[in-house]
Amino acid sequence: MSKSWEEINARIASGEAAVMTAEEFGALASAEGVSEAARTVDVVTTGTFGPMCSTGAFLNFGHSDPPIKMGTITLNDVPASGGLAAVDTYLGATEPSTMHGIEYGGAHVIEDLLRGRAVRVKATGPGTDCYPRTEIDTYVTLDDLNQAYLFNPRNSYQNYAVAVNTGDRVLYTYLGTLLPRLGNATYCSAGALSPLLNDPTYRTIGVGTRCFVAGAPGYVAWEGTQHNPNQQRDEHGEPVSPAGTIAVIADLKQASPDYFSAATLAGYGVSAFVGIGIPIPVLDEDLAATLALTDADLTATVFDYGVQRRSRPALRQVTYAELRSGEIEIEGKRVPTGPISSLPVARRIASELKRWITEHRFTLAPPLQPLPQPGSQGFKPLEIRTEEAI
Amino acid sequence: MARKRLDLTFPPRQATKAITYHLVKDFDLVPNILRAQIQPGQEGRMLLELTGGQAEFEAGVAFLRSEGVEVHEAASDICLDVERCVVCGLCTAVCRPGALTLAEGTADLVFDKDKCVYCEACVVACPRRAVMLRF
Ligand code: SF4
Ligand code: SF4
Repeated sequence: MSKSWEEINARIASGEAAVMTAEEFGALASAEGVSEAARTVDVVTTGTFGPMCSTGAFLNFGHSDPPIKMGTITLNDVPASGGLAAVDTYLGATEPSTMHGIEYGGAHVIEDLLRGRAVRVKATGPGTDCYPRTEIDTYVTLDDLNQAYLFNPRNSYQNYAVAVNTGDRVLYTYLGTLLPRLGNATYCSAGALSPLLNDPTYRTIGVGTRCFVAGAPGYVAWEGTQHNPNQQRDEHGEPVSPAGTIAVIADLKQASPDYFSAATLAGYGVSAFVGIGIPIPVLDEDLAATLALTDADLTATVFDYGVQRRSRPALRQVTYAELRSGEIEIEGKRVPTGPISSLPVARRIASELKRWITEHRFTLAPPLQPLPQPGSQGFKPLEIRTEEAI
Repeated sequence: MARKRLDLTFPPRQATKAITYHLVKDFDLVPNILRAQIQPGQEGRMLLELTGGQAEFEAGVAFLRSEGVEVHEAASDICLDVERCVVCGLCTAVCRPGALTLAEGTADLVFDKDKCVYCEACVVACPRRAVMLRF
């Protein structure tokens, strides 16, 4: 059995496509078998909603009269890049504000814009013959901006670490508060709904893939930063620790605060929950087999964040089903687990994407260029060198 | 045996120590101060858990009132802002008593107030600032 992209898109266009979320597809495959599921279903939708730190937006303010070449820029006291032409900027989600630190940062500005709130823009410039103004202090809403688009360099990690702490003090990390002496374990993946775990070798996800980004129709723009296809993989071809990533782009004006939520991780910093959903065509039974995997089949590796080095010791592997049970066993101890990635919102995204395809005839785009495949590239560390050593 | 949580408001200059002492000594109640906000010369607040017999409990409360302490059953002291909550579940990872859990299957957030010890761990951990403790 195999189907082509064209056949599937034709069925979407005529309203006949059979679309299921990855959870529904897993249930169907376990009831009727993978072959039957592959035959009857055309598209499987995925979804994830967790903090994704490498997120931000390009904004263009338009020109004031007299115009200014913005050099230092703040939005609600959050510094944005002044290194892009006169009135372009990039606002990074994790940038803290000068006034409120990590309680209000770049992600909060983006959420405020999405909620239609006015944001205070302050900028200074050098004053040139063509841009004579040296200071500006004004308010803008999302509607006022010429362009506003999310460009997130690294989203939707294919699998992630499970964090524990064997040390003696509480740790505040990007995976939440880790209680000492294996007091808890946190994890951050949508598991069976996770986009890249459903297509582990990136057969259908690549540059140009149409997808759901924070409630807006968007695209996979490039491989994500730190994309690492060479992680250890299990018998299903699934990586057992953080592996592939994607960079995504989407119009902020079409995004929704239901799928973009600013976050403050205690003692760590600002981040943003970003909703990502990718539709995957059921091209053949091989793909159907990975689409059918459930939380009981997918594993993650438990790392000890009590060791504060780049390479943290791996303690064991656990399945997402075990993690979701609320308790895992590590070194003979029962350790309570808690997620950071929202399962209810991930489910909502997969269902919403299904609705886009069935009701709005949202068609799929085959990759214009594949993501780097397993074997093609690794993930390099940053070595600390002196000038003499170069 | 009854275990109740009380929200107490002390008039300025009320000796709170003496009051908990009397609750133990005269009424055989076991007090557990969950939260307290007492500043000299100002009205004070205390979230007090009392364990003991029903009759003793009632007598203890009557004693508190006779001392000028305003006594209310603690009810709305922890609030979850459902508009802000994204149901990530991170708070459940730090709630040792298991007052905050995720429902099996739906993964919806469930709060069992009886298990809460008002440690505020969830307040600090919540990335959405969706949990607030209030007197
Ligand atoms: S940590 Fe905050 S946002 Fe997450 S589930 Fe708990 S209350 Fe909701
Ligand atoms: S205050 Fe402490 S015990 Fe109560 S819900 Fe929050 S973490 Fe749990």
